[in-house]
Amino acid sequence: MGVSQGAKAAIARKPNPEKSPVLVAGGAARALDRIIHDRFRLGVVSALAVSPTLTFSDLKKALNATDGNLSVHARKLEDAGYIACEKKFEGRLPQTVYRLTRKGRTALEAYVTHMEALIRATRSQK
Amino acid sequence: MYPDSVVAIVRPIRNPPETLNLQAEAMHNLRYIRDTMENAGSFTAVPGVGGMVMGATALLAALSAHLARSHTAWLTIWAAEAVLALSLGIAFAWHKARRTSTPLMSRPFRRFVLAMAPSFVAGAVLTIELERSGNPQLIPAACLLLYGTGVASAGAFSVRVVPVMGISFLLLGAVAAFTPAVWANALMAAGFGGLHLIFGFIIARNYGG
Repeated sequence: MGVSQGAKAAIARKPNPEKSPVLVAGGAARALDRIIHDRFRLGVVSALAVSPTLTFSDLKKALNATDGNLSVHARKLEDAGYIACEKKFEGRLPQTVYRLTRKGRTALEAYVTHMEALIRATRSQK
Repeated sequence: MYPDSVVAIVRPIRNPPETLNLQAEAMHNLRYIRDTMENAGSFTAVPGVGGMVMGATALLAALSAHLARSHTAWLTIWAAEAVLALSLGIAFAWHKARRTSTPLMSRPFRRFVLAMAPSFVAGAVLTIELERSGNPQLIPAACLLLYGTGVASAGAFSVRVVPVMGISFLLLGAVAAFTPAVWANALMAAGFGGLHLIFGFIIARNYGG
């Protein structure tokens, strides 16, 4: 009594990433944008996505962040070209104003698409 | 030899933990993005430019009302202006939501509207009753006071300048309550026209649009 041809073929068949939810999910997770995947930086980019500009203190308030934390992460996003920073004066007070760049908006959209794909892929496995 | 259909398909009883974690994390991240956008987008429901346009139409209404020959015409003009201003506010809020890719009925917007709506309804009912009971001279004060109450309450969910605008309306309403009826139109123009223009400009300048 042998194994059927169909069963042999099924065993021999390599997993197809197009059809395997685990692999799709794993692949999507690996391809994630690490700059934006950080929770804090994701918050900065998300906040800037709904406002043309936000000052340093607006962002601090929106994200409930400390000065140091916000500075470090904003610098990383700036270096990646995701946000642009402008320093100006409001009366006699210096003010730092941030805005999301086109590259940053594209990165956020791609990240959201990734997350949705992950959810779809893992749901289809259930 | 067994047909293919007889070969059992082996499925794990539980989903692999990695898959469950990925899904939970992805959902959590999307929720976080939405919440952050809502918090940051709660600064102004109606953009400043919208406020300025509402102010401009109110000034035109004040001019038309000033030229009106009867009290009924005066009231009709202001009632039409209220409907127009409400429509403009919704249209500008919708446009802002579209521009920023956020849902119009976001949590901050819903809170803003819910805080404002009772005062608006009270204002409409009081206006009808004051007119019906023969006390039309109190209509401007009632409108300014109740609009101010609504804006000041809803302003708790917005930027600091919004409650300040509400308080300004309240002050103007208080003045209207104790001044002769001949001042009514000027006070309505100063409130719904002037204050909307001034605060609309401040919001547009400082909070983007």
